[in-house]
Amino acid sequence: MAVFVATDVASAVERLDDRPESIVLAGGTDLMVEVNDGRLRPLPDADVVAVNRIAELRSWRHDVAAATVTIGAAVTYSEMLAEPLAQLVPALAEAARTVGSPQIRNAGTLGGNLGTCSPAGDGLPVLAALGASAEVASTQGRRSVPVVDVMQGPKRTTLGSGDLIVSFTLPVTDGWQGYAKVGVRNAMVIAIASTCLVLDRQRRSVGLALGSVGPTVLRAPELEAAFAAALDWRTMSVHADAVRTFADGAAAFAAPIDDHRASADYRRHAIGVLTRRLAARGLDALGAAA
Amino acid sequence: MSDQFTLRVNGADHDVRDSWLGESLLEVLRNRIGLLGSKGACEQGECGSCSVVVDGELVCSCLVMAASAIGQSITTVEGIAPDGAPSDVQRAFVDAGAVQCGFCTPGLIVAVHSLLESDGEPSDTEVREALAGNLCRCTGYGRILEAVERVVVERRR
Repeated sequence: MAVFVATDVASAVERLDDRPESIVLAGGTDLMVEVNDGRLRPLPDADVVAVNRIAELRSWRHDVAAATVTIGAAVTYSEMLAEPLAQLVPALAEAARTVGSPQIRNAGTLGGNLGTCSPAGDGLPVLAALGASAEVASTQGRRSVPVVDVMQGPKRTTLGSGDLIVSFTLPVTDGWQGYAKVGVRNAMVIAIASTCLVLDRQRRSVGLALGSVGPTVLRAPELEAAFAAALDWRTMSVHADAVRTFADGAAAFAAPIDDHRASADYRRHAIGVLTRRLAARGLDALGAAA
Repeated sequence: MSDQFTLRVNGADHDVRDSWLGESLLEVLRNRIGLLGSKGACEQGECGSCSVVVDGELVCSCLVMAASAIGQSITTVEGIAPDGAPSDVQRAFVDAGAVQCGFCTPGLIVAVHSLLESDGEPSDTEVREALAGNLCRCTGYGRILEAVERVVVERRR
């Protein structure tokens, strides 16, 4: 049993394959809370595989021709909220800025966000709304999986014990995207409700994902399609009723529970407010530019 | 039990033995190496009293698995003013009355040094955002913000 500091994907997945009880350690901001609390003890015949010094996981690249950006699973929130990444995926930068504190953002990673798969994970609504895919490696090879298909429930994913999240690929959209979240203060807050909205002018499509109001982040395809149909994409204008219908629809689509952070009613209301606010911001920004 | 490993802290190598697997850097700093400046309170990254710098990045040492930090350069509050004379930030904290019970102070000192290294002229909002992860239950933060401002002005000269 040991802590294995991996420097490449191949050796990391071999180690995970050898010892299926092993634990993947990225930024540690979720994992170490459980270890410190005694809720998680690395098993005697298992390893801890630290992945945040694997160069491929620590880097990102912009494919201009494909209009995509691929972000390594161990890229930190601090890197996501800084230029030049922030300009390519503004909603991700906004979400990253709401995560914890500088100390947490310097350590926490996007791969860890999906690996933990909390419904309140701030990066996840952005990945869902943008239709991001995750590249997952194992000793069997690599595969690309839509992020929404990885998220199965609170802290549950479809990933197996030998799987390692390598990177995420998301489109660089033409249009507007934003993330908003409700919490009790501006820092160190786990989302009570969160929303990501993408208005993709080129594809004439809308992406809407809701956080902290269901067992996983929720994506709302029917609402997206209805709002996209109601939008005049040329002038970026829409009847005020359509925004209200969209926001009310998002609130109704949310499936929140009561817990120690907020009541289900409050969360549902917050989703309506956040959706309306993001839609107004996006339309203002694009309408003014049109 | 974890195998023996070596950590580089404040420029010196420290052999760590008898650490349990998964033990945090904070525990190792305090209980194995004997550097008691970094404080432990929440052990979940909420309070910032254990802040250290690892390879140039401000992090909570309670959230770093110690054995995963081999080969990295770790700076604790003890490494900020190694010759015993207080740093400008430490002096400013004393002068501004930013230290009351003192528990949060080491973490704040590390965080302020880290902030001013990346941005020598932060706005009030930027200072507040940068220190949002360091909780102080005594001062109400006013004197801490004043201490930071004093350092900014001093360094400008």
